[in-house]
Amino acid sequence: MGKKVALTGNEAAAHAIRQIEPDVIAAFPITPSTPIPQAVAQFIADGEMDTELVTVESEHSAMSACIGAAAAGGRVMTATSANGYALMWEMLYIASGMRLPIVMAVVARALSAPLNIHGDHSDIMGGRDTGWIQIIAENSQEAYDGLIQAVKIAENKDVMTPALVAMDGFNISHAIEIWEMEDDKAVKDFIGEYKPLFPLLNTDDPVTHGAWAPPNWYFEHKMSQLKGLLAAKDVVAKVGKEFGEVFGREYGLYEAYKLDDAELVIVAAGSVCGTTKDVVDKLREEGQKVGLLKIRLFRPFPYKELADALQSAKAIAILDRVSPAGAQGGPLFNEIRSALYDTPTRAPIINYTYGLGGRDTQPIHINSVFDRLKKIVETGKIEKQFDCLNLRGEWR
Amino acid sequence: MSEKLLNWDEVLIGGAIKDPGNSKNYETGSWRVERPVWNPDTCIQCMFCWVYCPDSSILTNEEGKMIGIDYDHCKGCGICVEQCPSKPKSLKMVLEAEAKGKTEEELRKEVFSK
Repeated sequence: MGKKVALTGNEAAAHAIRQIEPDVIAAFPITPSTPIPQAVAQFIADGEMDTELVTVESEHSAMSACIGAAAAGGRVMTATSANGYALMWEMLYIASGMRLPIVMAVVARALSAPLNIHGDHSDIMGGRDTGWIQIIAENSQEAYDGLIQAVKIAENKDVMTPALVAMDGFNISHAIEIWEMEDDKAVKDFIGEYKPLFPLLNTDDPVTHGAWAPPNWYFEHKMSQLKGLLAAKDVVAKVGKEFGEVFGREYGLYEAYKLDDAELVIVAAGSVCGTTKDVVDKLREEGQKVGLLKIRLFRPFPYKELADALQSAKAIAILDRVSPAGAQGGPLFNEIRSALYDTPTRAPIINYTYGLGGRDTQPIHINSVFDRLKKIVETGKIEKQFDCLNLRGEWR
Repeated sequence: MSEKLLNWDEVLIGGAIKDPGNSKNYETGSWRVERPVWNPDTCIQCMFCWVYCPDSSILTNEEGKMIGIDYDHCKGCGICVEQCPSKPKSLKMVLEAEAKGKTEEELRKEVFSK
């Protein structure tokens, strides 16, 4: 059993990093993730951890330094948000392509313009195809637990792929919650020692990292990389189970909240799931068959498992905390709807965009989603496939 | 190139290369449009071509004398010709199309007798 603490999500991430005690952290400050490397710098200054902190002049350099340190054979972590994550974009592909198990905390935030420093999922969704494992946390506890698990997942020999754990900006990163911090040694024992495959610093066995691959090699390497990413699905489930055995909090690929017999289902990711659970509890008390499917692992997308979990649904609403940007709905909507195409269910599916740039999403808004789903089941008609929550003016 | 092309499930993780220094097996000479031709009769062995060659394609003997050009790796950039200080120049660029089928000796005769 850990000890209960009342700290912010950023502090939860910082403590996870302190306990993981990576060899190198390279970071550049950006709101709302700044307090993570700031706290880590304090831990290092206070002698509470032995990690090389590399201060850089941009996030592009932060990820570059992480790649260099990871190729050298180090256990490496970093943290970022929003435009900083976007600035890393090019290097994110290089980290995953070189199969370097870097672990990153992403405090999810809106992307400019207009300039906005508040929470949404524009950054992580923008980087969903960079080949990184993406885990989304609902609260501080999951951010802390997720980072510890991410080290073990990323470093698994079948995976060897970088992983990020995302938490919502401000809603989690700056909100003080009560969560359980585990013992330092227990965390170190859980993640174990990292043995890099081809460390550059091993001069007895020289290797080349980051070589080029002409047309007759590149394709093969990218598909080999994809296998590593796909292998993460089983490893996430395995590590989540092991984590439960050691610390008492078990994790799966997703969380099914009162979903077994649910007819009206919301699919969502991140902090809005906490609000949705409250609404589900209330409506269940009234006898309504409602449920929540909470996305935990977003990349690799466990489409089959998620589709199976939705088979009892008579109507589904998918909440995306990102503008669909010209696609037919948000990214989560597209993934889920595509996953269901191969299954017997033909439940109507609608999509909401919510929470952009830190916009509040309250129980009243989640209630309106369930009301809409109820109406769809009653009438058999979808009047609006795409809509917004808490937007001024009706979306049309 | 006589490398074995591995399947996707045989390539080394992350594109790492276990036998470093294998770039000499990669024949960049196949990109060449023009090739430098060397005239040993006027060459003053200043080694400027050797210093400037970006592909280490100037061949030397044990005494450090220039003895020819490594056409497997020379990309035909022409820097050696640009740097050659002898008058007349001891290196000249020739179109690959014109060099086709000729021995080095024949080509040298043709280029430097003009």
